[in-house]
Amino acid sequence: MSETGVHSSAIHERAQKAMGDAHLQEAYRSSTLRLYSHRMGAIGQVPGFEPLRERARELKREVMNHLDYYLAQFADSVEREGGKVHWARTAEDACAIVKEIVRNAGANEVVKGKSMVGEEIELNHALEAAGIDAIETDLGEMIVQLSGERPAHIVAPAIHKTRHDVSDLFVEKLHSTRTEDPEQLTAIARKTLREIFARAEVGMSGANFAVAETGSVVTIENEGNIRLCTTAPRVHVALVGIEKIIPRFSDLGVFLRLLGRSATGQKLTSYTSILTGPRRPGEDGPDEMHVVLIDNGRTGALADEKMREALYCIRCGACLNTCPVYRKIGGHAYGWVYSGPIGALITPQFVGLNQARELPFASSLCGACREVCPVKINIPDLLLHLRGEAQERTPATPHAGEVVSERKGMRLWAWAMKRPWVFSLGGAAVRLGIRWLPSSGGQGSKWITRLPFYPFSNWTKGRDFPEPDPVPFRERWKKLSS
Amino acid sequence: MANNSPKVALFITCLGDQFYPQVGESVVRILRRVGATVTFNPQQTCCGQPAFNTGYREEAREVAARNLDLFDDADYIVAPSGSCSTMFRVFYPELFAEKPELLQKVERLRQRFYEFSEFLVKVMKTEDLGASFPHRVAYHDSCHLLRELGIETEPRKLIKAVKRLELVELQDNKVCCGFGGTFAVKFPDVSVAMARDKLRAAADAGAEFLVANDAGCLMHLAGYIHREKLPVQTLHLAELLEKHE
Repeated sequence: MSETGVHSSAIHERAQKAMGDAHLQEAYRSSTLRLYSHRMGAIGQVPGFEPLRERARELKREVMNHLDYYLAQFADSVEREGGKVHWARTAEDACAIVKEIVRNAGANEVVKGKSMVGEEIELNHALEAAGIDAIETDLGEMIVQLSGERPAHIVAPAIHKTRHDVSDLFVEKLHSTRTEDPEQLTAIARKTLREIFARAEVGMSGANFAVAETGSVVTIENEGNIRLCTTAPRVHVALVGIEKIIPRFSDLGVFLRLLGRSATGQKLTSYTSILTGPRRPGEDGPDEMHVVLIDNGRTGALADEKMREALYCIRCGACLNTCPVYRKIGGHAYGWVYSGPIGALITPQFVGLNQARELPFASSLCGACREVCPVKINIPDLLLHLRGEAQERTPATPHAGEVVSERKGMRLWAWAMKRPWVFSLGGAAVRLGIRWLPSSGGQGSKWITRLPFYPFSNWTKGRDFPEPDPVPFRERWKKLSS
Repeated sequence: MANNSPKVALFITCLGDQFYPQVGESVVRILRRVGATVTFNPQQTCCGQPAFNTGYREEAREVAARNLDLFDDADYIVAPSGSCSTMFRVFYPELFAEKPELLQKVERLRQRFYEFSEFLVKVMKTEDLGASFPHRVAYHDSCHLLRELGIETEPRKLIKAVKRLELVELQDNKVCCGFGGTFAVKFPDVSVAMARDKLRAAADAGAEFLVANDAGCLMHLAGYIHREKLPVQTLHLAELLEKHE
């Protein structure tokens, strides 16, 4: 899995870099706030939004508790409708399957609609290595592909780019004339892409939902590119994470109403495509429809009764938009395709906690993510759970300036806290010790400007630390109670 | 339970004991004023949250287990902290989920546990404590208090009852201040950047004082205010309710 590039301890460096970039900070701030306020406006207009969330959660729970059943039903339905189902246990399997399909189609180029699972399995790299060009057609995806980056957001891949950035990029890579008008920029992208659509033999998409009952793959979007990818080329390949299954066609209404509103504040996105099998005689559409069902760590999460809940996620990105940490550090800091609070939960499931151990700690546990989650995933609770797992099962990351390891420090802390006299004595010792530390202030209270030893030294990097009060409460109580 | 003089055991949080003892004193005086009998068991230390929050569940459990026995004889347990109240009420059941022999104690404890502002408004049915404070004050919603315990109106009712005080709402009043327990030292730069945003919002609202119910948030925000010499002061709600200006 080393090629996934998740080295979560680097989150600190990457976060630092993002926070030092005023331009990037402003891009994240304004975009997330805009999406957040759109969402707020949209859900305010829906009576019964709460019951809808409950219903979606209930449905997801049902699916995850019986995923084997629904997956089998889905696969049968796809085959019944004339599609072909492929099962991929790992990212490598999935890429190999796709390469095989493309080769069989005699193609050396594919057009892709936006797919996060495609990013997850690093399909573009695999295809390139096999001599196949993979062209992203979602505007945001196209922008990040042209700049050689990963998506910075689950829904809005190029959220970190301003119009100005996109303009520069198009001039450099597409040799277009400079414009910052969004409509003209879109027109430039469209013109570039139309030619490619016209000749492409294979089109790829992800899936927002996969309906077990009917074998339908459902995609939602605003640009129409996914619709072109899935209907214009002769072969359509849908990449489907196995958690995308929903039971019945009638359940789709529940999820569609939640997803658009949670993601962008739209009642529905401009396009909703429901693809059931390849074209029938007399219809337009692809001759072949392939559905690649991808596990890539999902059954591991499924086996953990607690973490299973993370698989309820419908990838709306609302938790990213509301997360004060995501707003500061940006999507790339998380080091993999899924960022924000939900990324901190699912990345460790998919790549292993060893490689992603820092991610569950990248949260102040404020709970804003749970408040907006359309399927009510208890994200802070699961992050806490993962922190426990990380400390129990993975080797700790040593920190510079640490005199005792975190684990030993916590053992010592627990030992002291179980003994009130040690707690008091410790307080007194600290009062004595800090006299020699640099401090400022004076009126009544003094403030330490530099604390020694990790983790305390980190407190005073950007803040002062108050001196403990000379007379703690337990001393004062004696007077209060007499 | 005795209706005329409820017996209240204090939980004075570890930060409160060491850094904000005057808040504890205010809590005692206010609770007595509204008719409670107040006790404090000096055997108490910490709720266990620092370890729990960092993923050291065994250490957290060891520290927390002591608390299950310390407050047995009180009608209510009251803490001037949303975060520690959350630890007792929300996280203890989870922390002891695999210790069924202790769950009954946990349940008995959490049902009697109240955050300070919640206790005053919901149990003692008191809002006006006779304080007077002629300043522009903003209230900072601590995340655990707001989202884990759902306490949003109670502190505001108490603040609004303070005479001559002008309560202003921060534009981002539901956004975390960036403290987050050990998050503050694990991600110090992000934590500080969040404090900066919060205090910018306080400045925009023209607040002279920022009031909260959690020593953690206050220590973090005050630390940034002091470092940057910002013209705003922090105050615990209990201190505010004793002001007579």
